[in-house]
Amino acid sequence: MIEDKYIGEEFIDIISSQPFNRREFMKKTGGAIIVLFTLGDISALEGMEPQRRGRPEDINAYFRIEATGRITCLVGKVELGQGAITALAQMAADELDVSMESIDMVMGDTDICPWDSGTWGSQTIRFTGPVLREAAAKTRAVLIEIAAEQLKVPIERLTAKNGVIFEESNSDNRITYSQLAKGKIIERRVKGKVDLKNVSEFNIMGKPFLRVDSHEKVTGKAKYAGDIRLPGMLYAKILRPPSHDAKLKSVDVSGVKNLEGVTLVQEDDLIAVLHNNPDNAEAALSKIKTQYDSPEAQFDDKTIHEHLLNSAESRRVVDEKGDIKNGEKLADISTEETYFDNYFAHATIETHTALANIEGDKATVWVSTQGPFVIKDQIAEAIGFPSEKVRVITPFVGGGFGGKSPGRQALEAAKLAKITGKPVQVAWTRAEEFFYDTYRPAAVIKIKSGTTKSGDITFFDYNVYYAGTRGAELFYEIPNYALVSLGGRSAHPFATGAWRAPGNSTNTFARECQIDIMASKAGIDPVEFRLKHIKDKRVRNALEAAADKFGWSPKKTPSGRGWGVAMGTDVGSYVAHIAEVEVDKNTGRVQVKRIVCAQEMGIVINPQGATIQIEGCINMGLGYALTEEMRYRGGEIFNTNFDTYEITRFSMTPKIETVIVDNKETSPQGGGEPAIICMGGVIANAVYDAIGARVFQLPITPERIKEAMKRG
Amino acid sequence: MKETINFKLNGKSTRLTVDGERMLLWVLRTDLDLTGTKFGCGISACGACTVLVDNEAVRSCQFPMKYVNGKEVITIEGLAKNGDLHPLQKAFREHDALQCGFCTPGMILTAYSLLLKNPNPSRDEIIDGMNDNLCRCGAHNRIIQAIETTSKK
Repeated sequence: MIEDKYIGEEFIDIISSQPFNRREFMKKTGGAIIVLFTLGDISALEGMEPQRRGRPEDINAYFRIEATGRITCLVGKVELGQGAITALAQMAADELDVSMESIDMVMGDTDICPWDSGTWGSQTIRFTGPVLREAAAKTRAVLIEIAAEQLKVPIERLTAKNGVIFEESNSDNRITYSQLAKGKIIERRVKGKVDLKNVSEFNIMGKPFLRVDSHEKVTGKAKYAGDIRLPGMLYAKILRPPSHDAKLKSVDVSGVKNLEGVTLVQEDDLIAVLHNNPDNAEAALSKIKTQYDSPEAQFDDKTIHEHLLNSAESRRVVDEKGDIKNGEKLADISTEETYFDNYFAHATIETHTALANIEGDKATVWVSTQGPFVIKDQIAEAIGFPSEKVRVITPFVGGGFGGKSPGRQALEAAKLAKITGKPVQVAWTRAEEFFYDTYRPAAVIKIKSGTTKSGDITFFDYNVYYAGTRGAELFYEIPNYALVSLGGRSAHPFATGAWRAPGNSTNTFARECQIDIMASKAGIDPVEFRLKHIKDKRVRNALEAAADKFGWSPKKTPSGRGWGVAMGTDVGSYVAHIAEVEVDKNTGRVQVKRIVCAQEMGIVINPQGATIQIEGCINMGLGYALTEEMRYRGGEIFNTNFDTYEITRFSMTPKIETVIVDNKETSPQGGGEPAIICMGGVIANAVYDAIGARVFQLPITPERIKEAMKRG
Repeated sequence: MKETINFKLNGKSTRLTVDGERMLLWVLRTDLDLTGTKFGCGISACGACTVLVDNEAVRSCQFPMKYVNGKEVITIEGLAKNGDLHPLQKAFREHDALQCGFCTPGMILTAYSLLLKNPNPSRDEIIDGMNDNLCRCGAHNRIIQAIETTSKK
């Protein structure tokens, strides 16, 4: 390393046990400035429990300023399509006072990026944003400090703009960030406090930016985990059971033993065939003969809800207000309904994939994952390596939505690499993807509620089975209210997990249908009825903005117009959706013509990215609202591919109009999930408005619509 | 059975000795290191593996190598000419018609073949032509816009 005279007493030596790869960092020639932080250096991290849990007290670099003028920004988050790569670069560039074009994002590499809890829960802008901004602002301060020494001007007289530091009174006395880095490697620790920019000082934040990764993605150059190639690598196909509860009785591998180029692995439960072509590995797998024992299934996709209701063993009052009994007495019109939600798959177009390479005592694993640091520890445990000897690299991820939080495929690849001594890729087939998915859980919600004749809600008794209470927080003004969560030990026949806004789509569907039914019974327009019960300004603004954009005119339902409204809250944001649908009464088919969504999400970093997340939520959400349905008997999954699991197609997509409600007072809130939560409710309500029949179960299929019409 | 297959790949004459029953997708991705073509489903149901064979969009996951002989294959890597993006690639960028990008190569090549047959498709014709290509991130409306923009040029 080149010694640098500016380092002085602030220089800290870096020892090899620390979490970033020194060699990786130093191999760049031509000089660089690396700004280092420990946990205590960043005040935005204080009091942030979910982020902090397990956070190592290590030294991290968020930025490397190179003599070439490029600035590398290192973040532990990953790019799944949600556009964090663009919004994070905006925050970094703005606080550093450099152009967007000069930033190179490096994400999700556990050896060189700061520790991160995982890319889920719409947390990137909300929680990582302030940390990154502070790191950028402090890095800028460090650069000014170094410049002050070089230009021999006190810090107070210097300012930075567009990558240039100059003397305010004499702008000819200047030096660029890259010149500062030239010919030397400087490592600096930061000290002291800095101010982040106010909204009024934003140059790059708050402005719409197109995706920064699109060139790679439209040319096929973007690398995903399955695109990494290593010399001598093998492609593995793993024996899978026919059902989640099946037990392997016998296996006959004689069919693969003499196949050319095939490596067979049989270790405990792991039976795999490997070949240097994935298609040959797959063909070999089909030559293994097996017999399984499966217990008789206790329920299937038709009887699951009854099973869930019978299985619930715990009851927890999560929130209550007033007295339900009192509210019941005050009610003139009562409504008691039960709502049903089904299992839904994440169905990302990229299946779970990993490539593991073990060299000596070090494992490197490229993984399609939402949680590289979580997976790293799991891999270490699976192959008996110390955690610091495992490096997870996350290339572009082909969609996540919560489904790529578990990383079973990475553990499989790592184990097989250890056993075979070769780099091993595990890329799931679509059938494996459906089988091992951690579905959004099926659920039941029972609601009893009532209004006065004039349409004031007197009580709302909400009981949710197996979906949890995310999104069930009350934002309507209701004097007597109970929110009860029921469930307990999992009664699901297979794994369930976080599915974009976990639990919220289920809760929002039930609540917003119930609100609509009450409005209809009271003879009040559903937008008016909601506004009558909303005081909070942020909530009201969202609903009013949606109604305004849509051109809503009040009418009681069913009006025959096919208009529906639903609203909700998730990850600190509020959304209101209005849909217009057409229902074919003969076939029961729904065509959604138009959806308007207004989202109130506080300060917006990238309005373009936020808009696209809203649109994506709407299109993805059409699937669970209308067509997606898991079929199973016990632990046996019948959906094995896209021919039996119908996700949104071009022909289903409506005209989409979005409004981001202006709010410069609230810090940035989540944007990846909120706009999906209303899709079931808004379509159910619009269908009711169109035909006067209501479907109480997702998805709203033609069969269920026809049944509802029969019921009348 | 191994056979020798001669074809044009992204403008270059290519000769391969491979099992003619192997699918083009895996030969592209594994033998030729052209990883822009993606695996999504393996049953021609999602379109992520779409490539052009004699300018026709085909699902390479179910297209055996033996049928490639004597044909011209274009993959996403072969669409830009001398570093200049194809108008569809530009339009996808300008409209942000992608998120995770995994379905994008297949979308662009399906649209390419569609526009070749019908240079001025109506919106309904675009929807019809793209309907068997799946996108989970929900970029549908922007993809339609990108194709419309390109067709008008």
